[in-house]
Amino acid sequence: MSASYALQQLINGISLGMIYGLIAVGYTMVYGIIGMINFAHGDIFMIGAFVSLIALLLLGAGAGLEGPAALLLALPFAMAITALHGWTVERIAYRPLRGSFRLAPLISAIGMSILLQNYVQVSQGARVKPIEPVLAGGIEIARFGEEVVTLSWIRITIVLTTLCALAALTWLVTRTPLGRAMRACEQDLKMAALLGIDTDRTISLTFVIGAALAAVAGAMYLLFYGVIDFFIGFVAGVKAFTAAVLGGIGSLPGAVLGGLLIGLIETAWQAYAPQHLTPYKDVAAFSILALTLIFLPTGLLGRAEVEKV
Amino acid sequence: MAEARADAAAPPAGRDLILEVRELTMRFGGLLAVDQVSFAADRGRITALIGPNGAGKTTVFNCITGFYRPTAGAILLRDAAGGVAELQGRPGHRIARAGVARTFQNTRLFPGMTALENLLVAQHVPLMAATGFGIGAVLGLSRYPRAERAAIEKARAWLDATGLLDRADDPAGALPYGAQRRLEIARAMCTEPILLCLDEPAAGLNPRESEELSALLLAIRDGQAAGRGRGCSILLIEHDMGVVMRISDRVVVLDHGRKIADGTPEQVRADPKVIAAYLGEGDEGEEDAA
Amino acid sequence: MSPAALKDAALTALVALALFAPLVGLRTDVAPAGGLYLRQRWDDVAILVALAFAARLALLAWRGQRRLPTASTAPGWWEAPLRRLGALAAPLLLAVAVLLPLGAFSWDLGAFAIPAVTGRYELDLGILVLTYVMLGWGLNIVVGLAGLLDLGYVAFYAVGAYSYALLATHFGWSFWLCLPLAGILAAFWGVLLGFPVLRLRGDYLAIVTLAFGEIIRILLVNWVSLTGGPNGIGGIPRPTFFGLTFSLSGGPGTFAGFFGIEPDPSHRVVFLYYLILGLALLTNWVSIRLRRQPLGRAWEALREDEIACRALGINITVTKLTAFAIGAMFGGFAGAFFATRQAFVSPESFTFIESAIILAIVVLGGMGSQIGVAVAALVMIGGFELFRDLQEWRMLVFGAAMVAIMVLRPRGLVASRTPTVTLTGRKRAISGELVGEGHG
Repeated sequence: MSASYALQQLINGISLGMIYGLIAVGYTMVYGIIGMINFAHGDIFMIGAFVSLIALLLLGAGAGLEGPAALLLALPFAMAITALHGWTVERIAYRPLRGSFRLAPLISAIGMSILLQNYVQVSQGARVKPIEPVLAGGIEIARFGEEVVTLSWIRITIVLTTLCALAALTWLVTRTPLGRAMRACEQDLKMAALLGIDTDRTISLTFVIGAALAAVAGAMYLLFYGVIDFFIGFVAGVKAFTAAVLGGIGSLPGAVLGGLLIGLIETAWQAYAPQHLTPYKDVAAFSILALTLIFLPTGLLGRAEVEKV
Repeated sequence: MAEARADAAAPPAGRDLILEVRELTMRFGGLLAVDQVSFAADRGRITALIGPNGAGKTTVFNCITGFYRPTAGAILLRDAAGGVAELQGRPGHRIARAGVARTFQNTRLFPGMTALENLLVAQHVPLMAATGFGIGAVLGLSRYPRAERAAIEKARAWLDATGLLDRADDPAGALPYGAQRRLEIARAMCTEPILLCLDEPAAGLNPRESEELSALLLAIRDGQAAGRGRGCSILLIEHDMGVVMRISDRVVVLDHGRKIADGTPEQVRADPKVIAAYLGEGDEGEEDAA
Repeated sequence: MSPAALKDAALTALVALALFAPLVGLRTDVAPAGGLYLRQRWDDVAILVALAFAARLALLAWRGQRRLPTASTAPGWWEAPLRRLGALAAPLLLAVAVLLPLGAFSWDLGAFAIPAVTGRYELDLGILVLTYVMLGWGLNIVVGLAGLLDLGYVAFYAVGAYSYALLATHFGWSFWLCLPLAGILAAFWGVLLGFPVLRLRGDYLAIVTLAFGEIIRILLVNWVSLTGGPNGIGGIPRPTFFGLTFSLSGGPGTFAGFFGIEPDPSHRVVFLYYLILGLALLTNWVSIRLRRQPLGRAWEALREDEIACRALGINITVTKLTAFAIGAMFGGFAGAFFATRQAFVSPESFTFIESAIILAIVVLGGMGSQIGVAVAALVMIGGFELFRDLQEWRMLVFGAAMVAIMVLRPRGLVASRTPTVTLTGRKRAISGELVGEGHG
């Protein structure tokens, strides 16, 4: 296990972690604002990956576009379409249940998750969808004797794109009226409504933003693995949720931090765990989730809640 | 307070204490909610804990009943035989089993269960023992049917004492507010406590209901309610000074997390520090009542 | 038809177009030469958009006449009759359940002969429905009574199934010995998994139980030396009728041989049917009895208000764990039955979807209602069978139905609660509005 191997794995872990972080942001924002686990968010991410794939194929076959140019056009398209999915899901499955029986939105979300998964299975088929590498090559960043560590363009794109998306999100939340409305709703939904904030619209926009980020994550996932299917949303969703919980649910930096940790742990497990234990990498993620919730329920950057009696 | 520190185990002479709170401190992060508060409640008496809003009364209550773990200090419960139990840091259900029952500022009934069911849940501990911890009861063996009949009789007596007998089979959540308050007291009494802790029992009651409540609490203190025969010490937080002055045997006043007065209603009423604390809050209505 | 409604519907159609155009209109297919290409299906998109337009118009027209269908917990029109029939409906359902297998045989009653009316298919479907009724009742203890949202119930079903499969194939132990063991093992796992998660509330508990369910499934897939991995365990012994096998040889020691009747493959099916019917009824009986006991009352009180329970001296941890353990135990029994019925178990049978289906049965039935859960299992599994030919579509319909049920009736078919004890002797239903939903 050489240093170059370790460095390569570190790069992989960070790339994967950024993707999880982007999905986790969607969970944490929705949880922060209406206190529900948007179980269908993983499937929104999967739809983002599919729409990105379709957009890339369309650009390749229709306009002959490839590489960075295609990616640059496909990404906003995927974000728009996926955001619309996020909006529709909220409108149909969650908004009518606001203020209802507390478990209802969660069960509705599980139903939505099953619906979306099977919708894509029916419309796009159950087979895995492999794609040619969108970007080839990379740059050499380190050399250990004979071994060369290259930073592929794909990894660079993933890290830069997610950083841009997160920067845009931070700007949105901290500097715009919408962000202020979102933070107000997060503090106290009823009070925000009394102060004249259109809470329905704010919640809708939260879903839209979360879904757009999930679409970016979906596109990056497609670049990272080069293959997707209709089922990727479930496991990635649980991992991203783990990331959100690990970072402290409700905290945006926490979600990214949690995502990075999960990505690094998963990559390290795959790279260094004994052969017969590698299939258990998902168990590792699930166990981290359980352990975090049990021993560190507020997460790394979350706020403690005092039980009201 | 100095004498309490001098000897930890011996009760102060001349008073038969059921509850002793010694230098209780509760800190939430940087906020000092209760600061070295010491007071005691006498057996068979009604002790009132009063103070302006935010004085730390409910926090003291939650420490006594095990919902908060105090940062420092001791809480001692003495039963009639003289046994002493340390309550601080014990989980809530163990404190309840030691004989401390409580009600909540915002009533916490089981709204979807009937009044009668609420009172049966309160008798869970003895009933559970009578079922042979579930196994015997499922099979219909054991002395459970008799125990349940006895439990229903006790519940009936308390429903009668609180004027709720005709609402026995109504869901608790559908009862009027005053009835919910009384049901919560009846439920607490069904656990057979030696100390009953009431968090603002008169809040939101009309004058007639307050009057009835006062009578009920006095009856509970003297063991006349529901044919219980045994008296029960009462510790209560209350804002309604009319109720406090009418029924309390002793009044403890908190302000900003500290004890500022402790004595009979007459003494406390005349205490300039108490008057200042209430006037300082600008709450003249309560001052007038006092 | 107002212009506003038309505009609204047109907008809906536009959204539908944007949603369906990429995912339905352009299908990614693998070309013969490898690589992906897009197949265009604009006619399907047109149909879907038209449907969305029409559905929106219909909804608006309907809403014009009456209120928007919002989430309702008020008693449905069917609840009063159902309750009135309750005394009648339950025995009726039970009678149908008991008599169903008799239709599998032709009866020669002297004067007239009754031909066999129930086929193998109906019996198998009956067994399937009853299995889910039992699982629903088992989960109902945890979710409906104690208010603990468990999304990993299938794990206990799996523990029961694999316990029986392993004990029977390795040690040759009989079904009747393994059945209680499977239940005990599942209960043990219930306590083991329940213990660390008890402090968690609501959604968090749901997600952690889901994670535990997945962990158990991944273990089953990857621990090849014990569980056979994805290939599962085959050759699991079938149950015997007090030691008599259902072999078709008809020799001594077989069911047919002992009773001197013609060997018939349906004997075993009928036997399995009555076996699961008995197990389900046992679950029901225990649930109903427990509900009237202090333990069951403590579960319901826990669902209503956990803090008040603590103030009354109820040990929350023990009470929650018993709910977990007893619920898990019935899951384990059902698992053992599943293994002996299929003679084969594999991790595929224990996915998250199974948990979701069982939970959906409990929620659709109305949490806490025994008859509601039974009816829901019948409707749900029966509905599944109706959509059998549609293959992958049926899960799509299932997901959509789950959303629709929640939006229209978040508290299920029977939203109200019946008191367990009365002073007056008259049991009046308690509206679902008042009944708690649980926090943990």
